[in-house]
Amino acid sequence: MLTILLDGHGELAEWRDAARALLLAAIPPEKVEWQGGDAAAGDLFNGQMTSPSPLPPPHPQAAAPTVPRAFLDLADTVICHSDPGRFALLYRLLWRLQGERALLEMKADADVAQADRLEKSVRRDAHKMKAFVRFKELPDSAGQPRRRFLAWFEPDHFIVGRTAGFFQRRFTDMDWVIATPKGTSSWDGQQLRVDLTPASKPDLTDAADDLWRTYFAHIFNPARLKVKAMQSEMPKKYWKNLPEADLIPDLIAGAEARVREMAERAATEPPAFHHRLHGRRKDGP
Amino acid sequence: MKKTLKERLAILSDAAKYDASCASSGTERRDSGRSGGLGSTEGSGICHAYAPDGRCISLLKILLTNFCIYDCAYCINRSSSNVERARFSVEEVVWLTLEFYRRNYIEGLFLSSGIIRSSDHTMEELVRVARLLRTEHGFRGYIHLKTIPDASPALIEEAGLYADRLSINIELPTDAGIDNFAPQKHPARIRGAMGDLRLKIDAAAEPSFRGRRKRFVPGGQSTQMIVGVDGANDATILASSARLYGNYRLRRVYYSAFSPIPDSSKALPLIKPPLVREHRLYQADWLYRFYGFAVEEITRTRPDGNLDLEIDPKLAWALANRERFPVDINRADREMLLRVPGLGPRSVNAILSARAHKALRLEDLGRLGVSLRKVRPFIAALGWTPLRLVDRSDLRDLFAPKPEQLSLF
Ligand code: SF4
Repeated sequence: MLTILLDGHGELAEWRDAARALLLAAIPPEKVEWQGGDAAAGDLFNGQMTSPSPLPPPHPQAAAPTVPRAFLDLADTVICHSDPGRFALLYRLLWRLQGERALLEMKADADVAQADRLEKSVRRDAHKMKAFVRFKELPDSAGQPRRRFLAWFEPDHFIVGRTAGFFQRRFTDMDWVIATPKGTSSWDGQQLRVDLTPASKPDLTDAADDLWRTYFAHIFNPARLKVKAMQSEMPKKYWKNLPEADLIPDLIAGAEARVREMAERAATEPPAFHHRLHGRRKDGP
Repeated sequence: MKKTLKERLAILSDAAKYDASCASSGTERRDSGRSGGLGSTEGSGICHAYAPDGRCISLLKILLTNFCIYDCAYCINRSSSNVERARFSVEEVVWLTLEFYRRNYIEGLFLSSGIIRSSDHTMEELVRVARLLRTEHGFRGYIHLKTIPDASPALIEEAGLYADRLSINIELPTDAGIDNFAPQKHPARIRGAMGDLRLKIDAAAEPSFRGRRKRFVPGGQSTQMIVGVDGANDATILASSARLYGNYRLRRVYYSAFSPIPDSSKALPLIKPPLVREHRLYQADWLYRFYGFAVEEITRTRPDGNLDLEIDPKLAWALANRERFPVDINRADREMLLRVPGLGPRSVNAILSARAHKALRLEDLGRLGVSLRKVRPFIAALGWTPLRLVDRSDLRDLFAPKPEQLSLF
């Protein structure tokens, strides 16, 4: 049994190097134990884990392995998942692909289905990050040639690197930092940086949040309460970093009363300017 | 005393919430990476929040003002309503849009307005907001402008240069309904405006002799219909949408179940349509646009021309056409697979690609993410043939939901 230790911060390269070496040495999936992430590193030091193995030398007759392009795309996404089984799953797929070239199209295969699930959940997390990051302006921003913003976000997976380009293309004319427990991305107008060391939550307020909360409370139609629909798209785990989310319980609780009040309020006499405009007739301007 | 910005934001977002559209997708891809400035649109739009009504909040959806000289009975802003009135300046809307955008609250702006003074005056103000955002501030996010009925073609032309999407609301499914409830609006002129816009969009799509296309409303035009104000049944509504899609090539028709509004007009019916009716209309609209169903196929299943509220229109069609089932998932073509209740385009694609390698069993479908409970009675698979549908009398009960509270009334 070989034990392979990876950083596991969502970078494909380290897994790919190891997997290539294992494949060239013809080591089957069941002979490899993959370890990754900070927990694994902890185990390494408290003696819970056997020390990592060096990568084996290639088998003398090994041909350079090839994979369909689709596998690399899939692996690039799946590797960002926080599931500890991701390295082994990908290696199993890589191994099987050498014989079963069409494997990835067999959507009903258990390994393929699992990889698809992980891929989907990484994509969803990345999508939610693009949606739910909230920038707050730094107090010393005023008077600077470029305005400066900071966001705190808590993703499920290692997606800080994947989403950095999106924020750069969108928020080009301002400086920004997105800090997360899984790393930080930042942009200063010149360079996009990604740093995978965990950050801690900053303490920051922004006056604009108050206007946004006003908007959120008023764009909501109390006659159409659909709490389940909201929660499936904006799960509670994201709420703690959304400035508008703590309004939700009161909006829900007050909805029925507001609707009843609307229904009970009888139609009133039109304002004076209506009569000036239309008299009491129905006709066009 | 002049109301604060926050107070006016409250009033003018309250006034905008009855417009169903909040889409920010379907436009060109662009970003500020090379050009500088602020903003991007990348394929599908993003919902930055969800309100407790389950709706996506993607755009800052506000009115420039809720003063209005028209008196449309179903509208909270009509001249005869005693709702509190407010007004933003053009600069305030620009400022709010940019500040909201910088904090990643929104994808862009959806700006509409009550009609003040004249159609042209109102439209001019809306266009000025878009022009300032694009030209002064280098804003590359999404802009949706409501076009005001009867505004001059030159203004619409200019709006189209800045906006991703333009929309003009048809409001009600029948002309009689519009005459009755929106007496100052003219259905023929609304359709005329849609037709003009379509011609302009088509013309801009023609490459010039240099092979360049003009950028003009890349997200196309959309409209909204209010459901449950006049007596139109679902067959009438959907036929009217089909005409709008066909004649003016609209990207979307939005359906908005008439919602109780404060200080509502005496002219309105007392019965509010259940929200689920709106939902069924969207499903039927979807079947028409993406699943190859004709409107009559969907609406023929009930004598009153209304969609079944208890079960979705695809299932209703299947139950009314039982002789077409079971569908063999290992042999049927894409068109027929799409008609199986419980199969969507994604699962149909997965089935087509998976069955090229082996004959599929029910368990395989399960792994493709298909809900077996729903599809089982309608399909045949390797090792599975259902009881013939025509022989089952309990099918409807299998799917009709347990009685549930669907709306607050
Ligand atoms: S013109 Fe528009 S804002 Fe004015 S009353 Fe009619 S629907 Fe409402």
